[in-house]
Amino acid sequence: MLSLFKQIEVKLDRKLRRKLNPSLKLKLILNRNLNLNLKPFLKASAGILLLSTCTKKDVILVGHFATMTGSEASFGTSTDEAIKMARDEVNAAGGIHGKKIEIITLDDQGRPELAAAMVKRLIEQDKVVAILGEVASTRTLAAAPIAQKSKIPLVTPSSTNPKVTQIGDYIFRTCFIDPFQGTVMANFTLNNLKLKKVAIFRDIKSDYSVGLADFFKARLLELGGTVVEDLSYQSGDVDFNGQLTKIKSAQPEAVFIPGYYTEVGLIALQARQAGIKAALLGGDGWESTKLYEIGKDAVEGGYFSNHYSGDSTDPIVVSFVKKYKEKYGRVPDGMAATGYDGAKILFQAIANAASPTPELIRDQLAMIKDYNGVTGKISMNEKRDAVKGAVVVQVTGKSTKFVQNVNP
Amino acid sequence: MQDFAQHFINGLSLGSIYALIALGYTMVYGILQLINFAHSDVYMMGAFCSYYAARFLNLNDSQGLPSFVVLLMSSIIGCAILGFLIERLAYRPLRNAPKLNVLIAAIGVSLLLQYTGQSVFGDDPKVFPTVLPNVPVLEGSSFTVHSLDLVVLGVTLLTLLVLNLLIFRTRIGMAMRAVSQNMRVASLMGVNPNRIISATFILGSALAGVGSVLVGLKYPKVEPLMGTMIGMKAFIAAVLGGIGNLSGAVLGAVLMGLSEEMVVGYLSSTYRDALAFGILIAVLIFKPAGLLGRSATEKV
Repeated sequence: MLSLFKQIEVKLDRKLRRKLNPSLKLKLILNRNLNLNLKPFLKASAGILLLSTCTKKDVILVGHFATMTGSEASFGTSTDEAIKMARDEVNAAGGIHGKKIEIITLDDQGRPELAAAMVKRLIEQDKVVAILGEVASTRTLAAAPIAQKSKIPLVTPSSTNPKVTQIGDYIFRTCFIDPFQGTVMANFTLNNLKLKKVAIFRDIKSDYSVGLADFFKARLLELGGTVVEDLSYQSGDVDFNGQLTKIKSAQPEAVFIPGYYTEVGLIALQARQAGIKAALLGGDGWESTKLYEIGKDAVEGGYFSNHYSGDSTDPIVVSFVKKYKEKYGRVPDGMAATGYDGAKILFQAIANAASPTPELIRDQLAMIKDYNGVTGKISMNEKRDAVKGAVVVQVTGKSTKFVQNVNP
Repeated sequence: MQDFAQHFINGLSLGSIYALIALGYTMVYGILQLINFAHSDVYMMGAFCSYYAARFLNLNDSQGLPSFVVLLMSSIIGCAILGFLIERLAYRPLRNAPKLNVLIAAIGVSLLLQYTGQSVFGDDPKVFPTVLPNVPVLEGSSFTVHSLDLVVLGVTLLTLLVLNLLIFRTRIGMAMRAVSQNMRVASLMGVNPNRIISATFILGSALAGVGSVLVGLKYPKVEPLMGTMIGMKAFIAAVLGGIGNLSGAVLGAVLMGLSEEMVVGYLSSTYRDALAFGILIAVLIFKPAGLLGRSATEKV
């Protein structure tokens, strides 16, 4: 219909043009082009004006950048759901400083460059006072320098690579770091499983995986274990038979795969098909139901370190699991737990601050001590990293089973 | 040289998968001198076709040949229709335009399919139903051959044989060869070039459909960007073998699979793609037209 009008308009135009003088003609053309091109812009800018004027006064804006789509989408969606649950709880209790918390979630599609762009947008366009974000260390590392430069506190709930908080004094984390996670798994392998010959299979494209593999290896060698093979793959690969053939002939007792669940599922499948019977070990990147869907029986019995275990009997965990189940209809995974704690700690810091400005929130974040979270007791150290424990869980059926608590 | 036999089998199996996709690239190039960048995304769509067919028919757990055939047919039909539509809607209107325009249209179609896939199917990886069991069928002292390795290799060789018969022994094959040599003269001889080109696209896309089901069974993960890397490797395999040459595409693909596997096995797993591609560049320096290609002066 619209195009029909346009056609008529153009026809009329042509008729007119023949009769009109050149200057008028120019005006007419300009007019038409302006009409066509400027309308959407005008509308959009008016919308932005409206939004920014009516939302700013009575709410505290907090940004969240996450992988809502892409191969690690379950990380982002779990974290976002948990953050929104924390927001609803705070708002239901009357908000902070008499204002409601509002979360603006932007999708970085799992790409580091987009993560940086989204954080820029949150700061410059949406004018948030603090940012929550990213599970994957690679993307937090890409985005954190922007928050640091603009002096907006950024709290990552789940990025475990140590380099993340070294970026500056506005970057905080509410989970453990890879040296700790690597140490936990190395200790567990040698002391609990009594396995000494280990092969490492790392994702060379991920800061998280490389860091975790290095720390695991260092600790394992320190304790007298041996690394019989240390190979790599790239996230996005589907064929791992070449590496697995090498791993098989090295005859390890355990294979440490500190990757993300999509690849780990496929690796486990192909490892079992290649005849590798060694125990499979990993880190918190395994945490997703997709792992069991893709890996099926192959991941059964594997061990990985995680932030919390849903079958814990701690009353805080029990009530969190119950509330999350009521709201979203499923058991919260590790990322949901860390996301919830990260958001709650940030809200606590905002509440402790005299007024919700980025500087004061930062100061309060640095002073968090003995916060009782779902993932354990959390304190900030001078490096702005959380000091807290980890758990080791085992894959059983289509779920995980609590094995051991490890404190720092 | 331990594990050489196992690495060889792995490489051969990986190469056969590349070959099925490479055949589609090479067929379209042979007839239109067009690098059909959308081919790898047709392959992706094929995987989704069979994935949804399996869900619709509840085939997830039933293992066996009938459900494999159903998946294969749904993927082949889906891909063939998509290939036909792409040629009809995107490439045919540009038949007399410069080659570069068609190439850009191909890139456009490729992106369109990728992003449509992301918004329609969602970005999270889906799990492909493993309807055929992947069990060891041949076990030596230092190697194991799995059933899917044999299926993939068998399907690839069979496809190559059938395609060769089709192109060199049938009337439509003769017409294809005529159109590829000179479209205008062929049309003077009573060949309808548009119909022949459509048939080529349908055939090439159907091959991508076959490939997608085999890949889905072997690596059971389906996602909208799954075609990108495998498509690039298959394309390079086609160039390596001499683009436009069917046997060349298969040879190039097998070499590609083997060199990747050997790089992982004996050099470095970190530089897998870099070294594998480096070896291919070296081959192309000495044989610019590809291994089985004839060097011809390009009319640009």
